[in-house]
Amino acid sequence: MIEVKDVEKSFSDSKILKGITTTFETGKTNLIIGQSGSGKTVLLKSLLGIHHPEVGTISFDGRIYSSLNDDEKRELRTEIGMVFQGSALFDSMSVAENVAFPLKMFTNKSKSEIKDRVDFVLKRVNLIDAHHKLPSEISGGMQKRVAIARAIVNNPKYLFCDEPNSGLDPNTSILIDNLIKEITEEYNITTVINTHDMNSVMEIGEKILFLKNGVKAWEGTKEEIFRTDNEAVVAFVYSSNLFKKVREAYLKE
Amino acid sequence: MLIRYLSQVGKYFLMLKEIFNKQTKWSMMRNLIFKEIDDLIIGSLGIVAFISFFVGGVVSIQTALNLTNPLIPKYLIGFATRQSVILEFAPTFISIIMAGKMGSFITSSIGTMRVTEQIDALEVMGVNSLNYLVFPKIIALLLYPFVIGISMFLGIFGGWLAGVYGGFTSSADFITGAQMEFIPFHITYAFIKTFIFAMLLATIPSFHGYYMKGGALEVGKASTVSFVWTSVTIILFNYILTQLLLGS
Repeated sequence: MIEVKDVEKSFSDSKILKGITTTFETGKTNLIIGQSGSGKTVLLKSLLGIHHPEVGTISFDGRIYSSLNDDEKRELRTEIGMVFQGSALFDSMSVAENVAFPLKMFTNKSKSEIKDRVDFVLKRVNLIDAHHKLPSEISGGMQKRVAIARAIVNNPKYLFCDEPNSGLDPNTSILIDNLIKEITEEYNITTVINTHDMNSVMEIGEKILFLKNGVKAWEGTKEEIFRTDNEAVVAFVYSSNLFKKVREAYLKE
Repeated sequence: MLIRYLSQVGKYFLMLKEIFNKQTKWSMMRNLIFKEIDDLIIGSLGIVAFISFFVGGVVSIQTALNLTNPLIPKYLIGFATRQSVILEFAPTFISIIMAGKMGSFITSSIGTMRVTEQIDALEVMGVNSLNYLVFPKIIALLLYPFVIGISMFLGIFGGWLAGVYGGFTSSADFITGAQMEFIPFHITYAFIKTFIFAMLLATIPSFHGYYMKGGALEVGKASTVSFVWTSVTIILFNYILTQLLLGS
C-alpha cells in the first residue's frame, strides 16, 4: 500500500501539487486521471522518487520515502517496476537483454535461472518469438509489452505505468490494460497508472484519483464515477458524446 | 551569466563525485567497459592514424620549405617534426579532434537516453545511472594514451616518408634530427597532458548529455555545446599544464 499525505510540489514559483492526500491499495489498479497540466505526471514522478515534494510524505508499506537513507532508497527502488510512456527500452539491448537487465543487476541468479525467468515473463506478456529482436525492430504495442515484462521480471511490490496505452490502437490498448490488471491481481502488486484514456478508466479503474489544478478533486471506483455529480469529473470524463451515452445507459440499468 | 557558469561548474564537480558512488555490479560493468573500449578507443584508431600520418607529412614538408637558408642543416626537419608531433600535435590537436568525434558520440548517446527516459528507467530501478553510463567511459579512456602513442609514431613516420620520398631531406638527416637533443621528460609531459585530456573527454560530453533537457533538436545542440566546451577546456588546460611542467 502506498500512502500519500499532504504532498506539495512546486517548480520555480508555480505550485503544481497542492496538498494531495490519498492511498493506493495493494492488489488493485489505481488510476490517476486529470487534464494535461493537472499534476498527474508530477505526482507519479514524486511517487517514483524522481521529484522530491517540499511538503508531505509518501510511504511504501509504512516506509516513509523521505526518511530513508540513499541505500534504503535504492533498495526500495528495486521493489518498483515502471512502464514509461515511451517504453524506455534500452536501444542497444535485445528484447531478452532488456527484460533480463534487472535480474542481472540486482540478483545473483545463474544464467540458466535468468533465462528461464525471462522466458516465463515474455510468455506471460505473449511475446514468444521476439527474444533476439532489438526494440527498434518491434511495434509500439510489443515494446509496451516488453516494458511490462521488464517491470515485473524481478517480482516488484509496486508497479507504476505512465500512459501505458498512449499511441496504441484500441485493440492493443485493451490488451495492455487487461494484462496490467491480470498481473496486478496475480502477483498482488500495488499498481498506479497515470492515464488520459477513458476506456482504461471504465475497464480497469478499481480506484480512481481525479486531479484538477494540482488538487485532489475526486476519488472513487469505476462504478462510483458513473454516479458522481462532481462537475469537474463529469466535465472531464463525459466530455465525449459516446461516454455520455455509456453513462446514461449504465444509470438506466 | 557568471553565476550560471559557476553553477554549471559546481554541478559538474558534483557529477564527478556521484560517478564514483554506488558502483554497478562488476559482471555488468566489465561488459560495459569492453563496449566503451570498442566504441571510443578502437573506433577512433582509424581516423587518428589517418590524420596523424598526413599531418606529420605536412609538418615535415612545411618545415623543409621554410628552411631556405643553406646554412641551416637539413636534420632540423626531423627535429622540428618530432618536437611538433610529440609536444603539441599528438596530445592536443588529436584531443580536439576527439572532442568532436568521441565527444559528440558520448553527448548524443547519453542525451538520447535522457530524451527517451532510459536514464529515468535506470534511476527508477535503483541503478546509479551516472556510474553506469560515465564510469565505463572513464576507464575506457585510460587507454587513450595508447592512441596518442600511435599518433606520435605515425606522425613522425609520415614526416619521414614525406621528407625523404618528397626529396626534401635524406633519411639519415631526418633520423639524426629526430634523435637530436631528445629530452625524455617531453614524453612524460605529453602523456600527463594526454591523461588529463582523456578525463576531460570522458566527463565534459557526458555532463552535457546527462543534464540536457528537451527533445531531438536539443540533443544536436547539446553535442555542439559539448564540443565547444571540451575544446575550450582542453586548450586552457594545455596552456596551464605547459606553463606548470615546462615553463619554470
